[in-house]
Amino acid sequence: MTLPPQFTVLGAGVAGLCVATALIERGARVMVIDPSPDPTGASWYAGGMLAPFCEGEAAPEAVVIAGQVARTWWAARVPGVLGHGTLVVAPPRDQPELARFARATRGHRPADPAALEPDLAGRFATGLFFADEAHLDPRATLRALRDRLRALGAELHFGGTEPPSRGQVIDCRGLAAQSALPGLRAVRGEMLLLRSTEIALARPVRLLHPRFPCYVVPRGEGLFMVGATMVETDRDGPITARAVMELLSAAYALHPALAEAELVETGAGLRPAFADNIPAIRHQGDRIFVNGLYRHGFLMAPALAEQLAQTLFQEVSLAS
Amino acid sequence: MFYGIPLTSRLLLGTAQYPSPAILGEAITASGAEVITVSLRREGAGGGAFRELLRDTGRRILPNTAGCHSVREAVTTAHMARELFATNWIKLEVIGHADTLQPDPFALVEAARILCSEGFAVFPYMTEDLILAERLVEAGCRVLMPWGAPIGSGQGLRNPEGLRSLRAHFPGIALVIDAGIGAPSQAAAAMEMGFDAVLLNTAVAKARDPVGMARAFGQAVAAGRLAHEAGLMLRRDMAVASTPVFGMAELA
Repeated sequence: MTLPPQFTVLGAGVAGLCVATALIERGARVMVIDPSPDPTGASWYAGGMLAPFCEGEAAPEAVVIAGQVARTWWAARVPGVLGHGTLVVAPPRDQPELARFARATRGHRPADPAALEPDLAGRFATGLFFADEAHLDPRATLRALRDRLRALGAELHFGGTEPPSRGQVIDCRGLAAQSALPGLRAVRGEMLLLRSTEIALARPVRLLHPRFPCYVVPRGEGLFMVGATMVETDRDGPITARAVMELLSAAYALHPALAEAELVETGAGLRPAFADNIPAIRHQGDRIFVNGLYRHGFLMAPALAEQLAQTLFQEVSLAS
Repeated sequence: MFYGIPLTSRLLLGTAQYPSPAILGEAITASGAEVITVSLRREGAGGGAFRELLRDTGRRILPNTAGCHSVREAVTTAHMARELFATNWIKLEVIGHADTLQPDPFALVEAARILCSEGFAVFPYMTEDLILAERLVEAGCRVLMPWGAPIGSGQGLRNPEGLRSLRAHFPGIALVIDAGIGAPSQAAAAMEMGFDAVLLNTAVAKARDPVGMARAFGQAVAAGRLAHEAGLMLRRDMAVASTPVFGMAELA
């Protein structure tokens, strides 16, 4: 009897965990290695919106198509995937932005924002509703995916001494793989976490603005994630005061009650991105890289993971 | 011709807000632009990877001080730009109001004086005010960049008469319409009025097809310039027959 194929996945961000999941579900033996004992990096600061149509505003069609599998993929594996759609609004003076957004995307219909989100009553006359989109809590999801992998028999090495790799190495280390992937760059994203019991939202709301577009994602229990900046820099470290001002003023424009919210966390992460900002699988030397997830981690990792696992298992069956 | 550097394309392109650096690269190629602008204030020293991609385009880089609200910020950013890009070109923006992004003319003149005296080739982003233009030229600027309309507004040439008189007053200074251009027709109109070049960003970066729009702007700018050189006809109040009326057959 031949043993099932063995893989080592480097990196336990959303890319690594999705790849490990897709492999182990096909019967592979999988080891996942990450130097950090706790989840960290870009995935930890993600918005968790499964919004392929909204992303189509700037992302190419490939992302819109591949991103559509994310919602069912996640819902089948982790709890807390909420299919409530996305609401897009713009302040009265930025109405042309709403028209531009509508023209640049599909999968939406005009909607009365107050009918979808009663707490926004009287604030926005019109909005766009993307009914087929969803959202999840990235942090709870990363933990759930780890637990699930462990339950399925994956060998997880997070923190401590790294064991030698076994079998095919799949490198999902994000920016840590930069030296091996020329052209991979960092796009900094900054976010806030607010707590307010004064307003409730059922779904992510995107506020369009010509310079500081932002989104507010409800995380339940009064928590709201406000994101995210996009800065072409690899500067790590704390959020800038300017980012806080921009994000808070956008949150305030969405609903003044958010100005009374508690600011419970600020964060900054570096998104790995290739020059075309499209996530990719690259074979290089004896390694396979899954990287460049940019701002599409939770949206694109499932599609990439399934595509890679499918290819690898086809190769295995051909070889045998 | 900017500070002794001859250029064939009269379109300058900003590099912000594109869907990706790859699309930005294609748009630059399609537009034919030989000069691209890039901001530094927010990205800081950590923006090396993006700057490398810009350098790879082979275009001349005009760093800008976008996001600076004071003379000191603008001067410091200019120094940083000189180091990072090894160029003495600087597009000087001193923002007077965070919301309208209207330039602060007083701080602009002061920063221009400092930077010109330090050997920078300064491209000041300004309103179309004639006295402001005079002060900037006195400070040493040989290129002026009057706005068409507020940044990102797409309103085109909001004060064409003011711009026309600016053109007339400064025949020897390179004048570049910077900001507010939303459509190729507006860029062409600026060129027909005799401006030396047009600088824009949002209209291309945020188009549904940035590469297609970049090409459209490149052609519009070239067409406008060609029309200016060829000599535009003047407007008239009434029809002017192109064939003589005398001798026309009377068939009544």
